[in-house]
Amino acid sequence: MSSVLGSVSLKFSDEQSMLLDVARGFVNDKSPIDSVRAHLETDTGFDPEVWAEMVNLGWTGIALPEQVGGSGLGVGSVIPVVEAMGQGLLGTPLISTTLAGQLLMRTGEAEAEPFLARIAAGEAATVAFLDGGDWGGTNLGLCVDQGGALQGVKRMVTDAGCAAIFVIPCLQGDAVSLAVVESDELPADAIRDRTLIDLTKRASDVDFSGITPKVLLSGDKVATAIRDYLLLGALLTAAESTGTANRCLAVIVDYLKTRKQFGKLIGSYQALKHPSVDIYCGVENARSFIYHAATLLSDAPLDLDAESACRMAKIEATELMSFAGDRSVQFHGGIGFTWDCDSTLFIRRAQWSRQNFGDAAHHRKRLAVLLLD
Amino acid sequence: MAESKEALKKFQSEVQAWMKENVPTEPDFLLPLSFLEVGTEQQLDFLRAWQYKLWDAGYLGMHWPTEYGGQGADMAYQGIVDRELQRFRAPIVFNTIGLGWVGPLLLDIGSETERSKYLKRILSAEDIWCQGFSEPDHGSDLGSVQTRAVRDGDEYVVNGSKIWTTLGNYADHMILLARTNTEVERRYDGLSFFLSPMKIPGVEAVPIRKVTGEYGFNQVFFTDARISAETLMVGEGKGWGVAMKTLEYERGVSAGQATGHWNVSVGIDEAIDDLRGIQRDGAPVFDDPAVRAEAVQLIMEAKALALGRTRMGIPALTSDYPMGLPLSSKYRGTEYSRRMKLFTAAMQGAESALYVGDENAHRGGFWQRAYFSNFGATIGGGTSEVQCNIIAEHVLGLPK
Repeated sequence: MSSVLGSVSLKFSDEQSMLLDVARGFVNDKSPIDSVRAHLETDTGFDPEVWAEMVNLGWTGIALPEQVGGSGLGVGSVIPVVEAMGQGLLGTPLISTTLAGQLLMRTGEAEAEPFLARIAAGEAATVAFLDGGDWGGTNLGLCVDQGGALQGVKRMVTDAGCAAIFVIPCLQGDAVSLAVVESDELPADAIRDRTLIDLTKRASDVDFSGITPKVLLSGDKVATAIRDYLLLGALLTAAESTGTANRCLAVIVDYLKTRKQFGKLIGSYQALKHPSVDIYCGVENARSFIYHAATLLSDAPLDLDAESACRMAKIEATELMSFAGDRSVQFHGGIGFTWDCDSTLFIRRAQWSRQNFGDAAHHRKRLAVLLLD
Repeated sequence: MAESKEALKKFQSEVQAWMKENVPTEPDFLLPLSFLEVGTEQQLDFLRAWQYKLWDAGYLGMHWPTEYGGQGADMAYQGIVDRELQRFRAPIVFNTIGLGWVGPLLLDIGSETERSKYLKRILSAEDIWCQGFSEPDHGSDLGSVQTRAVRDGDEYVVNGSKIWTTLGNYADHMILLARTNTEVERRYDGLSFFLSPMKIPGVEAVPIRKVTGEYGFNQVFFTDARISAETLMVGEGKGWGVAMKTLEYERGVSAGQATGHWNVSVGIDEAIDDLRGIQRDGAPVFDDPAVRAEAVQLIMEAKALALGRTRMGIPALTSDYPMGLPLSSKYRGTEYSRRMKLFTAAMQGAESALYVGDENAHRGGFWQRAYFSNFGATIGGGTSEVQCNIIAEHVLGLPK
């Protein structure tokens, strides 16, 4: 009898281990909390020099094949890097760019290759997916008109302000297609920045109306590639959240070990201790899920075990992040309620991560079909 | 010593063949699901015969030395046997305190005399062991043990009472934590650890009826019971250290157990399968979105535990909190199990109110009983709340 648990495989390669070490060191060094705060209200939200160093380290090409200049390690090797970035609340368009690369690569179309080469070489890219606020909708409202021009607006496009390449799921007649548009093709007023809850993130609405894309991919793998993009997006968001929750736990623990009230360190009170233990257990579970998912990924379409793993990782990590951010504000007392307390960053990150690529209820509903039907 | 894959594979098929022939079929009475629940002579006789049979076949304590009744084999062999025991849903190997805690303890720090005297009889189930740590007024706080052992010539005279003594009414020996000195500065230094006989004058075990309606625990009373000074382990005043070492085996932090098959684990698959036949609102229970969401959550918890066990072996992924996964496994595992059993019992509609003994109780009241029984796991061996304190202090470094 096969178990409802499915695969419980979890492996961690030497390359992943090295990437985790290097990325943690890098993030520690380049993204101290002061520097995170310094970029909260800038246009792009990140330091271009730090991004340039990440590109030099080859991080935009980790998951891309060697023939386009990547390292061919697979998207599972991006997970440790993104977890480390989450831990340091480090912005940059690495997640957007990785996902755009995955979406293009998974179409298997030759026309995608020049873009992949540019991404591996460090150009930022993003996927313009949402039509509105529903991650579970078809999000194919943007279409190619009779004249071959795109008509429609995409919402909440991450890192649109710095992306050189936009990958846009759309309809061409009845065919699910991907339009590829470059930033210099966009009219000056096409990008409208949104006010986000998480100030380390950037997202904009982008009006692609009237642009005739030079590249329109509509092979038979496009629909599957979009499905996998959504699962990988959920997983990368989960990995980032897991890192942030781990950091949040460390900040809570640190405060509980130093703050005294009523003559005692507040960490000695069980009312604070036990929820902290639950956050800790959540961090362990989330780390297990993200690296389990990373174990099951390859360049091939995601199988059922991999799909389950991505969805579980998203549920675990973002529910954890919600709880950790929430408790962090509360446990810091009056200070926790202030802008200058890092709990602010955590609780805001939690709200971003929860919705990004679908919340827990969204994924539970789909997991139930995989696990119970 | 690394065993070849082929050798282990061959051994596994031998074990499977043996189990096909020898694992007993369910008797016409309910067997205990764990060693905490042996409540009748009928169950005891059955389990004693089964353990002897398993040992006699060479499948128990395989990594214990041959002179003490083991096979001197690599640990991997017993691991294979244990997995197959679960797979065949074999009855539990019930002499757990002997097999799982006392045995490894004696192998690690016992004297030659102690090993020769006790180990083989633990394996054969000739001697049953119990543990006398908890006391009526102190629960999980072992430092406060009050039972007195006073030296009198070559003997100690024991007075006091122990509680939650699993198998106490059937046991031949007890690992006894008693206070030999009340004058010490640190209360821990006044404790001593004995391998005490049970079937002597002055020792009385009174069975305690549990929330399940069954027995398994006892309160043990010592009234001027005289035990030989030779039963003292390590030395007077050294009991705390020995007790803590014992808890490492109990909590699975240290290895050496003769078998891990001390419970029939009730898994998430069994729960999900069982619920499929149940109707709710005139439709299968898994048509209900709220039930589906809860089931998914429980499956995830079970999976996270399984993944955590694998991740424990990957140092690069455990460096943040190196002892965290093992130290939190009891808390996470037993609490998950309680929620899972409650969920399964609660999904049975009106029949969730029926209990063991009612002819219409779903599976004879299996899930209701399993849910109640599970409190033995969330309370025994340090309550979940104490576990949280341990994790908070020893993993996160929070103050006491």
